[in-house]
Amino acid sequence: MAGSTAPQTVGETARATPFRIAMSTGGWLVAAFLALPILVVIPVSLTDTSYIGLPKEGLSLQHYESYFTSARWLGGTLASILVGLAVAFFATVLGTAFSIGVWFLGGRAATIARWVLIVPILVPPVVQSLGFYRFWVQLGLIDTWTGVILAHTLLALPYVSISVFAALANLDPKLPQAARSLGANIWRTVWEVVVPAARPGMITGAVFAFIVSFDEIVGVLFITVRRVETLPKLIWEGIQDNIDPTIAAVATILVVISLIVAVISGLRRT
Amino acid sequence: MTSDKARYWLLALPALAVMVIFYIWPLASIWAISVTEPELGFGNYVRGAESQAVTTSFVITFRVAALTTVFCVILGYICAYAIANTIRRAKPLLIALVLLPFWVSVLIRSFSWIVLLGRSGIVNDALRDVGVIERPLRLMHNEFGVVLAMVHVMLPFAVLPLLANMRGISPAYTDAARGLGASELTAFRLVYMPQTLPGIGSAALLVFVLSLGFYITPALLGGGRVLMVSEYITYQIQEFLNWGLGSALSVALLVATALVLVIAGRFLNLKNALLERN
Repeated sequence: MAGSTAPQTVGETARATPFRIAMSTGGWLVAAFLALPILVVIPVSLTDTSYIGLPKEGLSLQHYESYFTSARWLGGTLASILVGLAVAFFATVLGTAFSIGVWFLGGRAATIARWVLIVPILVPPVVQSLGFYRFWVQLGLIDTWTGVILAHTLLALPYVSISVFAALANLDPKLPQAARSLGANIWRTVWEVVVPAARPGMITGAVFAFIVSFDEIVGVLFITVRRVETLPKLIWEGIQDNIDPTIAAVATILVVISLIVAVISGLRRT
Repeated sequence: MTSDKARYWLLALPALAVMVIFYIWPLASIWAISVTEPELGFGNYVRGAESQAVTTSFVITFRVAALTTVFCVILGYICAYAIANTIRRAKPLLIALVLLPFWVSVLIRSFSWIVLLGRSGIVNDALRDVGVIERPLRLMHNEFGVVLAMVHVMLPFAVLPLLANMRGISPAYTDAARGLGASELTAFRLVYMPQTLPGIGSAALLVFVLSLGFYITPALLGGGRVLMVSEYITYQIQEFLNWGLGSALSVALLVATALVLVIAGRFLNLKNALLERN
């Protein structure tokens, strides 16, 4: 505490030196650089002009109106939410089962399996999308919701498996052993002992999976044509056209939701 | 016990099978495309290596990724240091500000930069209104704009591993160095900094690997003038239907990424940096 009277530790006495002041100031400047540019979409969304820019004469909600009255924007939003929920479900089920399995197994083969599952984090999005496109053509999955959900589930699996595995790091391996020796079979042990321990990781993983899908654009650009439209695809096309401030309204809605989520998760953490 | 093991594999197998069949296999077949279309052999790789445009694209990609990494590590280091060591009361706020971009889609963040940096964007308009400039500056559709926006997108990826690293450092060593008469800067340079090298390594690796293959931000802010490899591949395939060259460049990009990881693996514990983050 900056105002405390008697310093408790040596570390406490080392305050308000030029070095520490410089680092604190730098830290705040970096945080401002991270947060402020995102907020610029808010005033732009309220512009009274028909092009992207700051309000000229007064504020206007016309661009929100055009979002909320556009079947295309609303349809894309709903589609992205539904796809995201489906992806969160499939990725969490598959990823949790996977992590629990390799947690029990341990050893070299399990570690290799874990590396295989995080490959999508490391592969450039365009490269993996080329692979999706060629294979999805063979499978007849181009421009289908199934194709998008499958691709997004693959991209979300690494995040679920990492967070579930991290949650299981806190589980004492003796607990499932005890359950087994008390007569529970393997599936009951998994369901009643391991899954509850994995739950925090499952929740984090499901949230990540939803966000991965909700934001994904490169894959969708490759494997969809006209029938399947997600919110990021509409935003992408809107940015390419670069005239319609409706995008700023959409962006503001998403940023405000993100702010609320960030504040809630920040409060829960502290 | 063997049947137990089989059951554990039964749990792990569905995800693994889905990943291998629908992800690894299609990825591997890109390699096959690159040596069979339009004809059998390594013609695509030869054409790629001989093409001025392709080599330029790879040079731009590595330069942009390197610049992004350097800026991200420097800025991320300062920010993580402030969170871990100097800011006390406002720490949750600072962490929230740093994590905020994670919740906002990369598309929206790139859009924000377009709004700021465009020809009649907010920065140019403001500078003209104040009278600093007469004609708009070119702030995007060049490497400056791309690197600026990429640093913004990648910075949280640098802060998090650095923060995780710094949180594990005991203040006792720095305090001891100070107690023995070292100046604050000397103690930082000789005692604190060496302990953060693993964090710096993880941050740099993560940012560099993600930047190498990045598509969205360079495509939107580069305006076709800063053609990184990912965008070049997309051009070849979508505009010219040149799958052979596109696949060959994809394989090259993949190999480059793998090489970076292998080299990094000599200095870093990759398992800590990638498999066990968060």
